[in-house]
Amino acid sequence: MGSPHEPHESHSSQEERLRAFVGRTLGPPRRAQDPVNLPMIRHWVEALGVDNPVHLDEDAARAAGRAGVVAPATMVQAWTMRGYAATQAPPPDDGSGALVAELAEQGYTSVVATDSEFEFHRELVPGDRVEVEERVERISPEKATALGPGRFVTTVRTYRDAHGQAVATQRWRTLRFRPRQPDPEPPALRPRPAVNRDNAFWFEAAREHRLVIQRCVSCGELRHPPGPCCPHCRSFEWDTVQASGDAHVHTFTVVHHPRHPAFDLPHIVAVVDLAEGTRLITDLVGTAPEHVRVGMPVRLRWLEADPDLTLPVFAPHEQEDP
Amino acid sequence: MTRTAPRPGAAAVAGIGATEFSKDSGRSELSLACEAVLAALDDAGLEPPDVDGLVTFTADTTPEAELARVTGMGELAFFSRVGYGGGAACGTLHQAAMAVATGAARAVVCYRAFNERSGVRYGLGQADRPLATGADRAAYSWITPFGLSTPAQWVAMFARRYMHEYGATSEDFGRVAVLSRARAATNPRAWFHGRPITLADHQASRWIAEPLHLLDCCQETDGGQALVVVSAEHARTLRRPPAVLAATAQGSGPDQHMMTSYYRPDITGIPEMGLVARRLYEQARTGPDGIDAAILYDHFTPLVLPQLEELGFCAPGEARHFVADGHLEPGGRLPANTHGGQIGEAYLHGMNGIAEAVRLVRGTSVNQPREVGRVLVTAGTGVPTSGLVLEGER
Ligand SMILES: [Zn+2]
Repeated sequence: MGSPHEPHESHSSQEERLRAFVGRTLGPPRRAQDPVNLPMIRHWVEALGVDNPVHLDEDAARAAGRAGVVAPATMVQAWTMRGYAATQAPPPDDGSGALVAELAEQGYTSVVATDSEFEFHRELVPGDRVEVEERVERISPEKATALGPGRFVTTVRTYRDAHGQAVATQRWRTLRFRPRQPDPEPPALRPRPAVNRDNAFWFEAAREHRLVIQRCVSCGELRHPPGPCCPHCRSFEWDTVQASGDAHVHTFTVVHHPRHPAFDLPHIVAVVDLAEGTRLITDLVGTAPEHVRVGMPVRLRWLEADPDLTLPVFAPHEQEDP
Repeated sequence: MTRTAPRPGAAAVAGIGATEFSKDSGRSELSLACEAVLAALDDAGLEPPDVDGLVTFTADTTPEAELARVTGMGELAFFSRVGYGGGAACGTLHQAAMAVATGAARAVVCYRAFNERSGVRYGLGQADRPLATGADRAAYSWITPFGLSTPAQWVAMFARRYMHEYGATSEDFGRVAVLSRARAATNPRAWFHGRPITLADHQASRWIAEPLHLLDCCQETDGGQALVVVSAEHARTLRRPPAVLAATAQGSGPDQHMMTSYYRPDITGIPEMGLVARRLYEQARTGPDGIDAAILYDHFTPLVLPQLEELGFCAPGEARHFVADGHLEPGGRLPANTHGGQIGEAYLHGMNGIAEAVRLVRGTSVNQPREVGRVLVTAGTGVPTSGLVLEGER
């Protein structure tokens, strides 16, 4: 078996392939779907709240020295847009596809527009038919940006009328960047036990997969939860016995609320009677809520909840460990 | 009888006062405490400088001295706090009654105020509380790592076993909620005023921790409640008819844990409530038959049933029949939670229930049953708890 990772391609060959795009025209000119027309101008003017009357009122336009109404200059880009249909079906490759694909190949999968500068040469009037041609002007070296490492791609779009005369040019700059990987979510931890001098022995034994029960050295009484002294004979001396792992469900609940990221809901928690006679709060695993009954026999299994927490859990008796 | 001092009947509740009960008070817990305390003093016809004692919950965020300073009380000769969440409720009056009976204080205000709904919500559990290693916090080491972290989940364990042993059903728990919501429906102060529920609504409500449905759980509330305790003689000189503290008691049972006393041989009862009941009856020189109405702590419906059993109103396992037979209705043997309980009126850690008990002996409850001579009030269940008996004087 070889390495799962291909050796990295040299930086210079990537650089070269991008440089090959500079000065190139991205596909054939794209022609406006409709000629410049009054209804579209009206939509634009109303939507943007433009109050200059030269766009809709012939008399006002003539009074301002035009031959008739003129389209708003910044509308030039709108005439050549692909329109609603393009949002429903992907448009045919307009020629920019190869550059976008090469950038994506190099990891620059995200895009954000950074600036757009227009220069207008002539006002468009109803009846004009516009087309646009886009040429790559510059692809910057990789820069560190707030969004992630990326390259600024500058293109110049030239808008022409039916006679091939330039009516506007647009310098269009985008940042193509590698999105920064979000920090991986740390796995949700179960609530931590508060481990102290009175209970540490139990959690330490659990880490070694031993379920222990505190026993009074003086009178032999088992007790759980543990404590520093025996409620029966008041002795402070104790040791532990190891539980067999056999138990019965004394009672249980199926937890539905509230959600905690360390637990998959519904989650079954039980109080079990250990064969030795003490009780324990624990999780029931390897079963479903509808199968759990008070009194059912269960057997110990171990849950490595996380590197710092090992807990005894119980599964139905008939189900053996794999 | 001597071991159950404080001289039964020596103290009385002379005034009650509360803020509105809401889901977002929009002001500080200190402000809620001050408003409730001043309202209670006004009800009693007392002024802040008349107060020389304060009692609250360890869970409360308003220090006694701060409250005294802000409300202009001046000197305090007695101040005390009671632990264990809602188990403290009647315990605050127990402490106040002892202080008044012994002469340690002349007028004690018991208060509890919080933004439990808009602030730190108990319903969201203990899972992510910061870690300390004192015995208090270490007790949760046996509980929360296993995903058992809210009061509803803790109570669910008792409820399941109770169902198993006595054949009780979710509907039996649901009847308690239906009853509380019916009383709240006619109580303008109640959050659920005008919004009764049916048993079918209860059954259809979503699971919180099986066998508990959403409608088995009390609400979460922002608000404050205060009660003024003075000597019975003093109370007779004040504005309102005294609600005499015929008995007050606290109780922590054998092998007691904080809501997780799962290690007792039998977990279907509430032995700490049994202890409180014995003390109360002894002091009040009566028994269940001498009690005319009850305010039963209802943070979760299932634990209302064993309370009735521990208080001697019915035999173990029989409470579901007692409830189903209508004995807790206003015309029943033991009208209960006439304010709507914490399920219907507000969750004020039981303190609003004590205020309702005062209204019952004054005869001013919005759901006043009939003549009520003695009311028994319980506090939080599953925790070291408390209770009291109020007697009217008319
Ligand atoms: Zn011993």
